[in-house]
Amino acid sequence: MPVVMDADRMARTFARIAHEIVERNRGIEELALVGIRTRGVPMARRLALALGRIDGHEVPTGTLDITLYRDDLMRHAVGPQPLVRRTEIPFSIDDKRILLVDDVLYTGRTIRAALDALIDFGRPKLIQLIVLIDRGHRELPIKADYVGKNLPTSLSQSVQVHLTEIDGRDEVEIRES
Amino acid sequence: MKKDLLGIADLTRAEIYLILDTAEAMREIGQRPIKKVPTLRGKTVVNLFYEPSTRTRTSFEIAEKRLSADTLNIAVATSSVLKGETLVDTAMNIEAMAPDMIVLRHASSGACHLLARICKSRIINAGDGMHEHPTQALLDAFTIREHKKRIEGLKVTVVGDLLHSRVLRSNVLLLTKLGADVWLCGPPTMVPSGIERLGVRVSTSVDEAVADADVIMMLRIQQERMHGAFFPSVREYFTVFGMTAERVKRARPDVIIMHPGPMNRGVEIASDVADGPCSVILEQVANGVAVRMAVLYLLAGGVEDEEAA
Repeated sequence: MPVVMDADRMARTFARIAHEIVERNRGIEELALVGIRTRGVPMARRLALALGRIDGHEVPTGTLDITLYRDDLMRHAVGPQPLVRRTEIPFSIDDKRILLVDDVLYTGRTIRAALDALIDFGRPKLIQLIVLIDRGHRELPIKADYVGKNLPTSLSQSVQVHLTEIDGRDEVEIRES
Repeated sequence: MKKDLLGIADLTRAEIYLILDTAEAMREIGQRPIKKVPTLRGKTVVNLFYEPSTRTRTSFEIAEKRLSADTLNIAVATSSVLKGETLVDTAMNIEAMAPDMIVLRHASSGACHLLARICKSRIINAGDGMHEHPTQALLDAFTIREHKKRIEGLKVTVVGDLLHSRVLRSNVLLLTKLGADVWLCGPPTMVPSGIERLGVRVSTSVDEAVADADVIMMLRIQQERMHGAFFPSVREYFTVFGMTAERVKRARPDVIIMHPGPMNRGVEIASDVADGPCSVILEQVANGVAVRMAVLYLLAGGVEDEEAA
């Protein structure tokens, strides 16, 4: 299973994205990070730390579970429902610049669900999308604003992001499934 | 999950924990500015209530609406049941309009099982006679776990009308499945014989039953189900079995007091206890919505052990 990003490369990628965020938003005022479960959550926390190091301010961070907004929930007549976990956004998103964070951008359906979920919490000034890997094969007109790595893949492959907080190591690998 | 939620008896420990964990996530939706998610869009849920109910029916209806289901309520007082239609005929007619779920409350034990056998719709038991009231037991467990962080090993004392109570039966099944130490207390005329076989201890002394309890659960005296004299008078019942501040002192200092409602103040519970600092009675009502959302969501999925769903 080829490793396409190791721990060093990942650390530099997060640092670079943090600088891009500051540059593009002219500082970190009004910014808030929202990580999509599961691996978007530790990613958002790491970016918040990196932004704090650059600017000295703390960026509020929330957690979004998109299960209840999925477009494929009721399509299958068999099999149990996916597990729903808590959404925790402990701040008002009204008029904030929301940075939505996910590990892999693929069909775009997760992001569609996340956008719907976020809008139920208020009216942000804008929403930007951060992904560690963009693997292509979009099924919806969705595009990331910050990309760790563009990774051309075939549909038969799967991309696995491992993060220390969850998986014990920082690594991205690509698998034939 | 199985096709229907008929009682706690059919649930495994893992399923109970799945419902409680899902309810944790559902509760957050009720704290948002827009208290609605699109999950059950296009699903139709019929609330079919053959017995009066404020709390349970309202709670199910709010839960259904927060999940974006289309809901309708059939209260028997205004339905063709009054013209002599049987439960099965009413159900088949509702079923002909293809709802996805039916929430049923009925005065006869087993009514939900009957409908589950003949209906394609998922059946949720909202209380059947003296048999079970599973969503009440689930919301009670959710409330206990929230306060005590666990259920296993807790002393839970249930006081009141043990004979007519479906809330009791569901709670005993659930709490013993999860490893609580369950004590029951009530007038000897209201203790079902052989109930010890469910793995509970029975006492006719409130003082003994509540000693060092982590949870005290009061049950309503159900005068509408009583045909006969079970105790001499309401006053005497309160004197012997009523939960007073004095009796609560025998329990653990962090005891929580629960009641499934509707309360008879001054019959099974004193007002200062019902409204006191240990009371979690209104939290139970609030948690009921989250637990029912979890049940509706989980039942809307596929059926595990059924070939032709």
